[in-house]
Amino acid sequence: MFLKLTEKDGLWRKIRNHVGTTVEHPVSPATRDIRSRLSDDGVKKAVSVCPYCAVGCSTLVYHRDGRIIDIEGNPDSPVNAGTLCPKGSATFGLHNSPYRWTKVRYRRPYSGEWEDLSLDEALDMIAARLKESRDKNWEEDDEGGKKLCRSQAVSSIGGATIDNEENYLITKLFHSMGFTRITNQARI
Amino acid sequence: MPGLGITYGRGGATTSLQDLQNSDCILIEGSNMAEAHPVGFRHPMIAKEKNGAKLIHIDPRFTRTSALCDVYAPIRPGTDIAFLGGLINYVLQNDEFFEEYVKTYTNAATIVSEDFEDAGATGLFSGWDEEKTRYDPSSWRYEGHPIDYAAVGGSQGNVVGESGGQSEMPPDQPRPTDMTLQHERCVFQILKRHFAKYTPEMVEKVCGTPREAFQKVAELISENSGREKTTAICYAVGWTQHSKGVQLIRTAAILQLLLGNIGRPGGGIMALRGHATIQGSTDIATLYNILPGYLGMPDANKDNDTWRDYIEDGTASTGWLANFPKYATSLMKAWYGEAFDAEEGALFDRFPRINGDHSYYPSIMAMKDREVKGAFNFGQNFAVGGPHANLARDALRALEWLVVVDAYEIETATAWKMDGVKPEECATEVFFIPAALVAEKDGSFTQTQRMLQWHDKAVEPPDDARSDAWFVYHLGRRIKDLYKDSADERDALIQAMIWDYPVEGEHDEPNIESITREVNGYNVADGSPVAGFAALKDDGSTACGGWIYSGVMAGGVNQARRRKPWTEQPNAATEWGWAWPANRRILYNRASADPEGKPWSERKKYVWWDEEQGKWTGLDIPDFQADKRPDYRPDPDAKGVDAIPGDGPFIMQGDGKGWLFAPVGLKDGPLPIHYEPVESPVPNLLYDKVQYTPTARLFDRPDNPYNKPMDPKYPHVVTTYRLTEHHTSGAMSRWLPWLSELQPELFCEISPTLAGEVGVDNADFVTVSTSRGKIHCRALVTDRIPVYNMDGRKIHTIGLPYHWGPNGLVKGDVVNNLIPVALEANVAIHEAKAFTANLEAGKV
Repeated sequence: MFLKLTEKDGLWRKIRNHVGTTVEHPVSPATRDIRSRLSDDGVKKAVSVCPYCAVGCSTLVYHRDGRIIDIEGNPDSPVNAGTLCPKGSATFGLHNSPYRWTKVRYRRPYSGEWEDLSLDEALDMIAARLKESRDKNWEEDDEGGKKLCRSQAVSSIGGATIDNEENYLITKLFHSMGFTRITNQARI
Repeated sequence: MPGLGITYGRGGATTSLQDLQNSDCILIEGSNMAEAHPVGFRHPMIAKEKNGAKLIHIDPRFTRTSALCDVYAPIRPGTDIAFLGGLINYVLQNDEFFEEYVKTYTNAATIVSEDFEDAGATGLFSGWDEEKTRYDPSSWRYEGHPIDYAAVGGSQGNVVGESGGQSEMPPDQPRPTDMTLQHERCVFQILKRHFAKYTPEMVEKVCGTPREAFQKVAELISENSGREKTTAICYAVGWTQHSKGVQLIRTAAILQLLLGNIGRPGGGIMALRGHATIQGSTDIATLYNILPGYLGMPDANKDNDTWRDYIEDGTASTGWLANFPKYATSLMKAWYGEAFDAEEGALFDRFPRINGDHSYYPSIMAMKDREVKGAFNFGQNFAVGGPHANLARDALRALEWLVVVDAYEIETATAWKMDGVKPEECATEVFFIPAALVAEKDGSFTQTQRMLQWHDKAVEPPDDARSDAWFVYHLGRRIKDLYKDSADERDALIQAMIWDYPVEGEHDEPNIESITREVNGYNVADGSPVAGFAALKDDGSTACGGWIYSGVMAGGVNQARRRKPWTEQPNAATEWGWAWPANRRILYNRASADPEGKPWSERKKYVWWDEEQGKWTGLDIPDFQADKRPDYRPDPDAKGVDAIPGDGPFIMQGDGKGWLFAPVGLKDGPLPIHYEPVESPVPNLLYDKVQYTPTARLFDRPDNPYNKPMDPKYPHVVTTYRLTEHHTSGAMSRWLPWLSELQPELFCEISPTLAGEVGVDNADFVTVSTSRGKIHCRALVTDRIPVYNMDGRKIHTIGLPYHWGPNGLVKGDVVNNLIPVALEANVAIHEAKAFTANLEAGKV
C-alpha cells in the first residue's frame, strides 16, 4: 500500500489529477526514495526455521557482510506459506537485540557482580568442575549390589529450544559420563 | 505422550497442520490455537472458509480462538474428561460410531478377563493396592493367552511387556472375540457401561457447560464423521498439564477411534507442541528415562543386569518392537564403536542405570537438598518457567556450580541476586555462556507434526557466542582429554565414546550434518548411510544414533533440507522436510482404506491397496508393510510384524488394533475416569469416593504445600496460559523491544462478578495467592471469563498468562510461584491448568 502510494503511476498521481497540483505530496522525497534492501547487491538469502513455538514456520534470513538485515516468512512452506506471527516476525530482533549478551560472564561464589572470562578458560573450569563433581559422587552399586555405574550429582536441563543434533550430543556425552539426571521441557 | 502412544502405538501427532484443511469439522480443546499457534491456526481457518468446515472451541475462557469458531462451549477447568466422556457416551448411546471401522480396526470385539472390574461406585478399577497406592494391572488383561504390547514415542519410552501372566488357553488358538460386540465382557460393552453415567445432565453439572452447547458439539462431530466426512481434534498443554493429562488425551483418542477418524485425511489428533523442537527433544531424548528413539534406559529395578537381559526386556514378540535388538545394538555401536561387542554386550555393564524418578521435579528437589552439585541449563528458564518457581530458585541457590547457555541474562542465571537474597550469602559459581541463535547455526528442529526441518547457518554468531553443539562438543573433547589416561573402569565409556566430528570455520564448529548422519545410521564397514530403519541389524554391522530418524539422510542426502514449494506438490507435501517414521505424514493411514483395502469413500481417499501392483499406494507413504495384502492373516505363532493382519492399521501394537481399552501400559487405569484436579473447590460428582486421581505423584515436603480440596481459603480456580507476543518463560521475548511493547505487563483475567465480589475495577491491582506464594498484577475485568454455578455456589476462574519475571525490558511477578508440584502418574507433568487460589483487592 505504502509503495503504491508513492509510485509515480500510483494512487498519488490519481489524487493529484483529481485535486490539482497545488496539494503537497504528503510523503517526503527522502521517504519516497526508500527501497527494500533485500534485492541490493551482495544480499544473500538463507532458509531457516522460526525458533519459537512448534508450528515450524519456515523463514528467509537476508544477510550481507555477515550481518542479518531482515527475517521474513518463506512463501514456499506448506506450513506457513510466507506468513509469520508477531513472535516469528520478531526473530530479527531476537538476534539483533541490543540487550543480547555475547560475552562469557562469570559469577564468583558470594560475589555481587558478573566478571569477564575468556571462553577457553570458562570451558576448562567447567570441565574441571564436572569431573570433580562426578568423581566425588559416584554410585557403583545399589544396596542390593545391583550395578548403577552413575553419578547423580550433575543435572542437565533443557533441550526443547535447541537443535536435534545438540540434544544428541548432550545425551551421548552425559550418559557416557554416567549421568542420569538429564531432563528438558518435554512431557509429551 | 502415552495418551496417544498407548492407544495408537506412537506418541506423536497423528496428522499434519496442513491436513486440517481437509477436515469437515475441527474440535479445539485444551488449546487457544489462534493465540498460541497463530500460524498453525490458518489451516482450520482455510478449512472453514474454503470448505465450510465447522470449528468448535471448548475452553474455560472465551478467547481469540473462540471468536473465530462456529461453536463455543465453556468448560470448568480440569473437567475435560467428563466432557469428552459425555461425547463418547453420546456416540455410543445414539449409534453414531463408525461400526465397520470400530469392529475391525479397534479392540472393541476383544473379550477381557473375568477378573476385570470397572470403577463403578468405588471410583477405582480392580487391582488397586491402597497400601502401595498403585495398580496391579494383571486383571485388565485380555481373555485367553497374554498379549505382548508395545508402544513407542511417549516420554515414558517404549513400553513393552505382557498383559497378564498365565496363559488361560493354548497360544495357537485365536484370542476370544465377539464380532457382534454383544458379549458382556467385550471391550465395546465395557466401554459402553463405563461411560453410561457421563450423561448430558452430568456434563452440565460437572463441567458447567450449558446443555445446548454440549448437544451442538455432540451433533457436529457425529454428523461430520463416517465414510464421507472426517473430524479432527486439536489440543495443546491445556490438556496435558493436569494430574490426569494422559487419560485426558486418551479420552479424545478413544472418541476418535469410535468415530473412525484416525489414519484418514482431515481426521486425526493434532498435538500442538509448545517449543520449536519439543518433539525432537523427546525423539532424540534429553530425558532421564529414555535414550534416542524411545529406547528405555537400563533400570536397576528391572531385570536389566546384562546386555541380554536388557534386550530381552525391551523386545516385543509381536508388532514393530520385535525389532528392538537392532535399534539398541545400533545405538551402542554409534556411541562406542568397536569397543561395543554386539554379541556379549561388553561395555553395557558400565552404562548408567536409573532406579527411580530422576526427572525434572525430583531433580530440582535434589538440587535444593544438595544432592545435585552442578547443573547445565540449555535454552530453558526454569527459575521462572516451571511450577513452584520459588522452590526452583531456592534449588539454584543451593548448587555449587551452574552453567547457563543462553543469549540473554535470564532469571536462571541470576537466582543469586533475586528474591531479596544477599549475593554474599550465595555460594553458587555461575558460568554464562553466550549462545548462538537459530540463524547463526546449521541444524534441525522437529516441529509439531513430527517433521524435521533444517535451518541453514546464515551468519557467524557475534563475539563469544557459539552454538550449543560447539559448547557440548568442545566440553566433551576436554573431558575425553581429562580421562584419557585413567585405568579406572568407571571411565571406560568416556574413553570408548566416539567423539570425532569434523570441525570447520574459524571457531572450530563441529560439522552438524556429520551428527545427523550418525543419527540416521550407517554401515559400519564403509560408513555409507543406511536407507532407513529397516536396514538396521543386531549383529553390530550397523550403527544408528536414533532409529526413528533413520532415513533422514537416505542416499547421503539431507532429507530434512528438502524445500520443494507447497504449490508444486500435493497437500501432504511429502517433499518438504522429512517426517518420522519413514516420512509418513498421516500415521496409521492404512485405516484410510476399508478392511478390503479400498478407500472408504472417493472424497476421503488417501492410501489404498493396488491389486495390480500388489502393493499399498496413494497420496502418502503407506504406514504399513508395502506389500502386505489386506486379506493376509498371520499364523497363530507368527512373530514381529508378521503377526499383524492385513487389516491391522496400528502396526506398533501387538494386535495391530487401536486400543479403546488399554489392557496394560498405563499406571492409572485401562479407561479414563473423571477426577477433580488435586486442588479443586468442587467435590467429584461422578465418583464421590475419590476426589482426585489416586495415582497423582505428590511430594510431602514442608516447602511444597497443597491447597486442600474445597478449602475456603482458596475458593477460586486458576488456569495459566500463553499470549501470542511472548514465549513461555519470556527468555526469548522479554528482551525484545518489539514484543515487549506489545505485551508490557502481567495481568489476570477475571469476570465482572468476581471483580464485584472482591471490589476491584478494571486495571486495579490485585493479589493472587496460594499456599506456595503470592503475586501482584492488574485485573482485566471481562465477560470472557464465565462463572459456573455449582449447587447454588458460584465458582470463579482466574486466567493468568505466565510470561514474566524480574529481568528483561518488561517485568512482572512470577506466576509459576503459585503452582504446586502435583504430578501425573505416567509422565510426571505438573498441574498448571487447574489449581486453587485466593484473590484480594490491592497489593496485599
